[in-house]
Amino acid sequence: MDSINLPSILTPDLGLFFWMFLAFLTVFLLVSKFGFPIIVKMVDDRKNYIDESLRKAHEANERLAGIQQESERLLQEARDRQAQILQQAKATGDGIVQEARNKAQEEGAKLLADAKTQISVEKENALREIRQAVATLSVEIAEKVVRQQLDKGAEQEKYIERLLNEALAK
Amino acid sequence: MKYLHSFKRILLSLLLLTGVMGTAVPAVASSSEDGKVDVKEIVLGHMSDSYEWHITTWNGHHISIPLPVIVKGEQGGWQVFSSARFHESEDGVYNGFYLNEEKNGKIYEITATGESVRPWDFSITKDVVQIWIVVFIMLAVFISSARWYKNRTVESSAPRGFVGLVEMFVMSIHDDLILPAVGKKQVKRYAPYLLTVFFFIFITNLLGLLPIFPGGANITGNINITFFLALCTMLLVNVFGNKEYWMEILWPPVPTWLKCPVPMMPIIELFGIFTKPFALMVRLFANMMGGHAIILSLACVIFITCQLGAVIGGPLTVVSVILMIFMNCLELLVAFIQAYVFTLLSAVFIGFAHPEHEHAHK
Repeated sequence: MDSINLPSILTPDLGLFFWMFLAFLTVFLLVSKFGFPIIVKMVDDRKNYIDESLRKAHEANERLAGIQQESERLLQEARDRQAQILQQAKATGDGIVQEARNKAQEEGAKLLADAKTQISVEKENALREIRQAVATLSVEIAEKVVRQQLDKGAEQEKYIERLLNEALAK
Repeated sequence: MKYLHSFKRILLSLLLLTGVMGTAVPAVASSSEDGKVDVKEIVLGHMSDSYEWHITTWNGHHISIPLPVIVKGEQGGWQVFSSARFHESEDGVYNGFYLNEEKNGKIYEITATGESVRPWDFSITKDVVQIWIVVFIMLAVFISSARWYKNRTVESSAPRGFVGLVEMFVMSIHDDLILPAVGKKQVKRYAPYLLTVFFFIFITNLLGLLPIFPGGANITGNINITFFLALCTMLLVNVFGNKEYWMEILWPPVPTWLKCPVPMMPIIELFGIFTKPFALMVRLFANMMGGHAIILSLACVIFITCQLGAVIGGPLTVVSVILMIFMNCLELLVAFIQAYVFTLLSAVFIGFAHPEHEHAHK
């Protein structure tokens, strides 16, 4: 080897090899502990985080769509129920009104009938009183008329009563 | 028209640059004895390891950063001294040590019997300093980026700016290169090593393209470095390879006559254990060394042609600078590609060593 005398870049050199070993070992140990794995791990973590976030966003979107559907359904249901309630209320109202009307009619009829009986009773009373008054008046008149000719006797009064009844019965 | 104008301007400044460089030739040329430019020496010199960090030569003075020499000779114990000591003494010998120019300028020791022997040499050379600079850059970049996440959770926003760039770069290598080759099961175990290898080679390659101090040393174009990296991969593959992997080597699924009387396939497979990392080692070394050599040779073209005269030197300098710009751009690409290829092949070999995930699919 010595006789060829290679250039130094092709000659084995223990010193340079030793220092290269030491330097490379140093940089390898330090960088492989405090350098590359941290960078690579961080990037991987970030990648996973982004993937996870995307997945979550997708899920949230889906859920949101579900919620929208649900709310629409609820709204429709509420609307239906409202219509139903309104209809029911209208029916109830109509019923009440009808009932009130019937009742009023009934009441009116009853009142009318009451009034009619009252009137007839009153009429009867009035008629009786009138008859009495007419009888008395007639007697008095007749008395006055016939005082001169006729004595006041019971037969006389009975006769007049009978005459009055005949007249009233007509 | 506008582009043509600016192109003319660039051409003119290149020509002016040629004049400046022409005056710089003697300084470089002074390194060779007969006044001729020794391309081989310049190129190899720039690519080689050295005990000092040469920055430039100014008026015949070498401006360089002396680096510590750590040696253990036969006569004494461990010695630590500055490489500048060699230049202080007349004959270049310090404590019995000297730089042997015949042996690539390595430190040799003169023993008591007068022989020259290679001592235990663990000097902090230019390449070693460059490696540690890369180490510190890597620690600064990746640990500071990782610290950014410390007070943050997954819910905080992704990083921006520099940390974002680092994250993107790391994850692109991790997800596009390592994960498909190694497989999901083993990726956590091997990703730190493969990422370290990738960024070590990539940053080293990039710094190697810088012409001055914080970079410029030819690290990945040195066989020791690529040997070490290939050795790491080979050990990882074979030490952690599972039962199926060894089964495929020692008793591969081929017709029996290929393995029974004469174990032809097992021998080939066993041979493959060594050829795979060897290919890794040579590929990275040759590519980086070749790139450096081409750029340095193109720089030498300037000095060679300028010695022949300004008429030839001028235009050829322009051509050479354009080619050098092109080569540097290409080398930027190669810096990435070679780091990528080394990591990819390492990941594929590691993936081969864990074939069970494929069986699980069947």
